[in-house]
Amino acid sequence: MPLANEATSAILINEVKKRFVAGGRAVTALDGVNARIRRGVVTGLIGPDGAGKTTLMRLICGLLQLDSGRIEVLGIDSAKDPLAVQSRVGYMPQHFGLYEDLSVQENLDLYADLQEVAALDRPARYAELLHMTGLSPFTRRLAGKLSGGMKQKLGLACALVRVPQLLLLDEPTVGVDPVSRRELWGIIDRITRAEGMTVLLSTAYLDEAERCNAVLLMHEGRLLGQGDPTTFTDAMKGRSFRVTARDVNKRRLRERLAATPGVLDAIIQGAHVRIVLDRATNSSEDVELPDRDGVEISPAAPRFEDRFVDLLMARGAGRPALLVDLPPAAAAGAAEDVIVVERLQRRFGDFYAVNDISFSVRRGEIFGLLGANGAGKSTTFQMLCGLLPATSGTLRVAGFDLRNARATARKRIGYMAQKFSLYGDLSVQDNLRFFSSAYGLFGARRRARIAWALAEFELAPFAQATSKDLPLGYKQRLALACALMHEPDIIFLDEPTSGVDPIARRDFWRWINILAERGVTVLVTTHFMEEAEYCDRLAIMAHGRILAEGASESIKARFRTAERPEPTMEEAFIALIEQKEAEAA
Amino acid sequence: MSKRSDGRLRGLLRKEFLQIGRDPSSIAIAFLLPAILLLLFGYGVSLDARNVPIALVAESPDADTQSFMARFEQSPFFQPRNFATIQRADRAMLMREVRGVVWIRANFSRQLRTGVAPIGVIVNGVDANDARLVEGYVQQIWTSWIAARAQEARIPTPIPVSVEQRVWFNPAVESRNYLVPGLIAVIMTLTGSLLTAMVIAREWERGTMEALMVTRVTMRDILVAKLVPYFLLGMGGMAASVAIAVWLFGVPLLGSISVLVAASTVFLLAALGMGLLISSAARNQFVAGQIAIIAAFLPAFILSGFLFDIGSMPTPVQFITHAIAARYFVAVLQTVFLVGDVWSIVVPNMAALVAMAVFFLGAARLMSRKRLD
Amino acid sequence: MWRRVLALVVKELLAILKDGKSRMVLIGPPLIQLVVFGYAATYDLNHVPIAILNQDLSAPSRDLAARFAGSPAFQELAALNSAEQIEDLITSRRATLVVSIDSRFTRDLLLHRPARVQLIVDGRNSNTALLALGYANTIIADFGLSWAQDHGGAKPPAALDIRARYNPPLNSQWFIVPGIVALLTQVVTLLVVALTVAREREAGTFDQLLVTPMRSVDILLGKGLPGLLIGTLEATVIVLAAVWWFNVPLHGGLLTLYAGLLLFVTAITGIGLMISSLSATQQQALLGAFLFMVPSIILSGFATPIANMPDLVQRLTLVNPMRYFLIVVRGVFLEGATFHALLPQLWPMALMTGVTMIAAGWLFRRRG
Repeated sequence: MPLANEATSAILINEVKKRFVAGGRAVTALDGVNARIRRGVVTGLIGPDGAGKTTLMRLICGLLQLDSGRIEVLGIDSAKDPLAVQSRVGYMPQHFGLYEDLSVQENLDLYADLQEVAALDRPARYAELLHMTGLSPFTRRLAGKLSGGMKQKLGLACALVRVPQLLLLDEPTVGVDPVSRRELWGIIDRITRAEGMTVLLSTAYLDEAERCNAVLLMHEGRLLGQGDPTTFTDAMKGRSFRVTARDVNKRRLRERLAATPGVLDAIIQGAHVRIVLDRATNSSEDVELPDRDGVEISPAAPRFEDRFVDLLMARGAGRPALLVDLPPAAAAGAAEDVIVVERLQRRFGDFYAVNDISFSVRRGEIFGLLGANGAGKSTTFQMLCGLLPATSGTLRVAGFDLRNARATARKRIGYMAQKFSLYGDLSVQDNLRFFSSAYGLFGARRRARIAWALAEFELAPFAQATSKDLPLGYKQRLALACALMHEPDIIFLDEPTSGVDPIARRDFWRWINILAERGVTVLVTTHFMEEAEYCDRLAIMAHGRILAEGASESIKARFRTAERPEPTMEEAFIALIEQKEAEAA
Repeated sequence: MSKRSDGRLRGLLRKEFLQIGRDPSSIAIAFLLPAILLLLFGYGVSLDARNVPIALVAESPDADTQSFMARFEQSPFFQPRNFATIQRADRAMLMREVRGVVWIRANFSRQLRTGVAPIGVIVNGVDANDARLVEGYVQQIWTSWIAARAQEARIPTPIPVSVEQRVWFNPAVESRNYLVPGLIAVIMTLTGSLLTAMVIAREWERGTMEALMVTRVTMRDILVAKLVPYFLLGMGGMAASVAIAVWLFGVPLLGSISVLVAASTVFLLAALGMGLLISSAARNQFVAGQIAIIAAFLPAFILSGFLFDIGSMPTPVQFITHAIAARYFVAVLQTVFLVGDVWSIVVPNMAALVAMAVFFLGAARLMSRKRLD
Repeated sequence: MWRRVLALVVKELLAILKDGKSRMVLIGPPLIQLVVFGYAATYDLNHVPIAILNQDLSAPSRDLAARFAGSPAFQELAALNSAEQIEDLITSRRATLVVSIDSRFTRDLLLHRPARVQLIVDGRNSNTALLALGYANTIIADFGLSWAQDHGGAKPPAALDIRARYNPPLNSQWFIVPGIVALLTQVVTLLVVALTVAREREAGTFDQLLVTPMRSVDILLGKGLPGLLIGTLEATVIVLAAVWWFNVPLHGGLLTLYAGLLLFVTAITGIGLMISSLSATQQQALLGAFLFMVPSIILSGFATPIANMPDLVQRLTLVNPMRYFLIVVRGVFLEGATFHALLPQLWPMALMTGVTMIAAGWLFRRRG
């Protein structure tokens, strides 16, 4: 193939295929990817976990061997001369690739040596990088003692120590707080504009697409689309709407909307339901909305995620939305507090992981704990589940402190651990069997519940499959099924949707909504700002404290300004942190 | 080598030394582990049977039995206990209070003058090696007793052959003298291979290796930068071990330090090469640790000849021992410590060690690609 | 409660058997060690290289030399003709033993004067040296006896009648192989149990387990029983191999053996659970197991007798369960020891079982 636009292309990817053998089975990581990455702009490599982003990044750096195809980086064949590629690019792997027992300065020195930065050029470059990343006051601090956001910036500085022609960043924003995320994007904008650098970064956060100049959208080893991010959102123009209903609760409304012909996607967003119409349906007039009288419908701005869902649906993903019989609504307002936390503290040495927090959750409510890694939400979560004793304060879950509660009290709760922790070597059926026995189900009742789980979560075809080999979305379903075997009253979900694709996330939240409608209380932690919108109420945490608590609408409303009439959850979060910092100063 | 490559290497080396300085665990593996193991094995492993509790049964004690039994009292090898009847002595052996019984029957004195008086010796054969040593000691006592009696009576000795024994290089026949130098080889295998395999696996685990690779650094730089510091650490551990052997355990060091240093250098290079090779196959510390223990430590322990004599193993097993680097190092160490610089031993074993070092380092170089798959 | 424990045990066994890494720990090292220890770990001398310097060259001295050459313990490397050659042969380790027969050997024999034989042995390996001297002395004594008989010399007034009880051929394989039952049972049980909790912690399933209505006693039992089961099974396989493959005589009762085995495996399971509850990762668990295992094997009497250790170290071995089980397994195999005779070994193990289990339970609750 003649390589077109050589001058403007930083990377050319041509029919790239890559397979791995894992546990005796071949897994296709990349299945014929073709792409072109322009010089001088920021290109986002976007997709859920397992899309093949990291594999593609590593192939570009010459760290992996291609099965077939060709990758040309800055005019060099990366398979033939990896060292030439490696000495021209800056690369930050996942988890930043820092030596945690070296100081900030020592890490910089090391990478300057390895990238052969002349001694004379170093002082100026260091000063520039340290200024840009705000790390100047911390040069003597060990990298391991930096916060997640600072590590990320140091990783970036190390990748930039010799001005590279091409900067490759693999999931640079995972697990860092929104403020650091915004600062990172600020730095990227600056270096592309000021130094004309080409940047390729991968991310699983779909909302980051809009910050890129160009986007490669990947899913399961294939490229779903590429181009300017606006081309993705433009394709969805006029198909997104917001729906509110006076008399119907939002979850029931969502169920009905999702089952309405012509509606491609319906998700809860704060107090209203956001719908996307399918391609064949041209306007909201064509949709048979339920209970038209009390329903208000207004157009909404299209988002990148809408296009992703659209493309996935076009490929036959997802499943027909069934209308589920929901029980009659519980009498509103009468629900008692099921989870009560008062002045809870947890100290590790001198460090307060959780510092004096209070909140309560009512029956049938979905309550979210929102915050970055290290904000204290996992510690809170572990104390609620009885996994960690509190240093001081009181907590009650269904009237008990689970730390000292008798086993019977624990029968009332369900728990889904981070990363969908399952017994990976056991089959789906064995996992279900074990968890139902652990909760005291035996005999006919156990058989009935296993049959229910296999049917409800469509796991029956995988019943005998080893669970670690399941696709991520199915692992997530199985983990939820295991937590629900004993029909708990309260369910704890720790980062339940991280890394899964939007369809799996929608399926998951649909089950959670149904559970909540049936009176199950749900407590969920997430660092995914968008997910906060699915919760009835949420608490935003940072540095072990709760910064704000309430419905997402009311939190966002506090930060509505003239130039930002409709702040996103993330914008509200950043504003909140800035406000608290200003108060502290 | 270009000046630029020097800069990369210097950067990596500085990083390596900084990490060693800040991570107490690598210092612990290099110095503390050898010291602890040496103390443990040095005190815990001994084949010298001394003060063996033995039951003496003289059914009718008199001057003759007394003269025989007295030799057990005088012997440094035995701690005799007298029993009146064989039944009681038997029970004591069953309860593991004594490891053997010497049984002189009632008519011993009469038989001694009329014919051949039998002396019953029963040893507990469960520990065959120990039993054989005890048998040997009893035999020595018997021989000297017979000879002494003949001399007293001024009659020709009934034992026609007199044996003069010379134990060279270890006149006190102390097992510690040969176990401790061998142990040093086993321990150096552990630190050399385990330490290197673990530190590289740690770089893979933490993702720093991936970041290193996407720089101008070459695989040669990375390997050299790992070899040099851990070689120095290993030599430090070696020096500590030799010091313990000489000062604490009193093992004589008759050979020259230079031969010791040369042999340690070559052996350590082979062990480090093995560690590098393991780390190219195992990219997490758990697997690397397991492989290092199974592939390096256990064979060095059993097949190096440090405890079990290679010459007495079945032929196929002897054949396998040739692939164990520690075997050659054990041979050199035992000789350099106890005999001196014997070139006929040092040279061939060193040659084998050089070959193994070249093989492992070469294989490590070939197997380490600047790639993740 | 028992049904929950049973469910956990079943899950645990499935997880161990389906995980390649654990399967390797269960099958690979034990097999290698059985073969290597069974064959390579021997103190018996075979084909020790010797050289003979016969300065006499008459019929009696040739007879003596032939006895050496014909012994299976020795292999004659060279017949020397000058004393100068000795030093080089021994120093270079080509010969372990040199038998030097005096030039007046035959004459002294005929004159009933002590005929002189010098044995020069390489003391670098003191054990080999002592054993070689022992064999050589026996050969020379036998020669002396038969010479005296044939030539009417004086008979020694007393003769030793040496018997080795329990192991008449003094085969060191009979000593080592039953020891492997203890060694491998300890290694496998400890690794299985020590890694089980750490593996769940790493996978994140341990929290999930703690959140279920299972009590810590249930979890402890569910984690401990599989180790007990696997350890007992592994021991059985090695006992079978010892009897059928290595032909070690089994004189005692299996009931006594299994009573000891059960106590031993339970004590080790307790230690494994303690390591398990203290370690957050599999790597720490492995390190912990290694740190326990090495001293416990060295100070058990497996390879070298406890009686040879310094007093203080001997006292230290009293808290090592393997020490007791080694005596039990060797006692049952070779001595045919009865339950009663082994009581002094059994009660300390029972005590240790109790202590380690209680400690494991306490650590478990504290960490959990």
